[in-house]
Amino acid sequence: MAEIAEDGGGGHKKGGKKRAKKQSTKIDMTPMVDLAFLLLTFFVLTSTFSKPKSMELTFPAPPPPGPPVEIKNGITFILTKDDRIFYYKGEFRDKPNDKGPATELQELNFSQGKGSLHQFLADETKGLHDQVLAYDKQLLNKQLADTTYKRLVKLAKSNKDTPTFLIKTDDKATYKDVIDLIDELNINIVGKYVVTDLMKGELDLVNAKTGG
Amino acid sequence: MSKKPSKGGAPSLDMTPMVDLAFLLVTFFMLTASFRMAEPVTVDPPSSIGDVTLPDNHIMVTIDNNGRVFFGISNTTAKIAALEKMSTKYGVKFTPEQVKKFSGLPSIGVDIKDLPRYIDATENERTNFQPQKGIPNDSLKNPQLKDWIANGGTEAVRAYTEAKEKAEAAGQELKAEKPRYAIKCDGKTKYIFVKDVVKTFTDLKIYQFNLITSLEGGGTVLDQEEKKK
Repeated sequence: MAEIAEDGGGGHKKGGKKRAKKQSTKIDMTPMVDLAFLLLTFFVLTSTFSKPKSMELTFPAPPPPGPPVEIKNGITFILTKDDRIFYYKGEFRDKPNDKGPATELQELNFSQGKGSLHQFLADETKGLHDQVLAYDKQLLNKQLADTTYKRLVKLAKSNKDTPTFLIKTDDKATYKDVIDLIDELNINIVGKYVVTDLMKGELDLVNAKTGG
Repeated sequence: MSKKPSKGGAPSLDMTPMVDLAFLLVTFFMLTASFRMAEPVTVDPPSSIGDVTLPDNHIMVTIDNNGRVFFGISNTTAKIAALEKMSTKYGVKFTPEQVKKFSGLPSIGVDIKDLPRYIDATENERTNFQPQKGIPNDSLKNPQLKDWIANGGTEAVRAYTEAKEKAEAAGQELKAEKPRYAIKCDGKTKYIFVKDVVKTFTDLKIYQFNLITSLEGGGTVLDQEEKKK
């Protein structure tokens, strides 16, 4: 263990006082080391490094009184029991009128492949993706400045041709479905989405589909 | 100073570096570890690609799969101040010991009338505490959750501003962030319960949340595209 150099400069002469028999200065450190490792194991196992991760979301403020704001290019998702998703495009019409036929719900699912939400979103947002990818390439080739890139992407997302997604749920949908849907929207980098309340007419359509 | 190989006996090994390292690690883990009390309820949040780390300074509303609502503030100063305000409003008295004990508690899910009893209970008794129905959230008759959020929010902001002014007066930079509102919810919870809580927040003109989710890999389509290359 720790040793002290005995032949340092000008050390004392031998043969003066007779020294006591050299005692070992070594201490048995085993218990201390045992304890140290015990504590180490304890702290390693109990400590949690990962702080919870989260998803930032802004809910809409209650709309001002008056007729609802018309959303152009809207796609409405309605979540219901058994992880089912329904959607319709455009405005809600309970009866056919001069703008088009009555709203009919289409179904999507959370799996991969045909008829899945993922595929649907990929198709719907293709234009935006291509645009953002092109900006990405330009950024990589240093044709765009960082700030310009951010501004352009933001602009592309808020473009009025980019669909706005409305997320509505009935009473039977679970929180997981909502998060999964928002997550899928985030994965597909859609422009705008908002979680909002279901209307009576929409609920009737969903109930007709699910039979409940 | 070459050493002669020891004759016979147990071969001795110099353990000093190892012990040094062991103690270094012990010290590190001891200093970084933060102990928490067990949460009154375990929730299993759904996974998402959201990778925003939850700020240390937060006000958290937890919703379990039966729709019970729990409330917690990370900042102890704000927590105590919020309790005092709630105590005045609902006429429930707390002793200084109870206030101190409350500041160490994680989220709570009891009616404020039962809170003194809940605080006095031991940790084991708390897990089976009755009635633990979640914080009442009746917007007309008993808006306790709303009051907790409102008081907790103002106090958390005040604590943050005070800390910031103090740090600025001392010429230092404040590391703490502004308080954020977090919602932690079990995946199996019916969304209608979450809606009620969100409604409570939006009534208070709070619109931004951190929804706690467990992290899943993957990333956005653009990330995936880049990986393919």
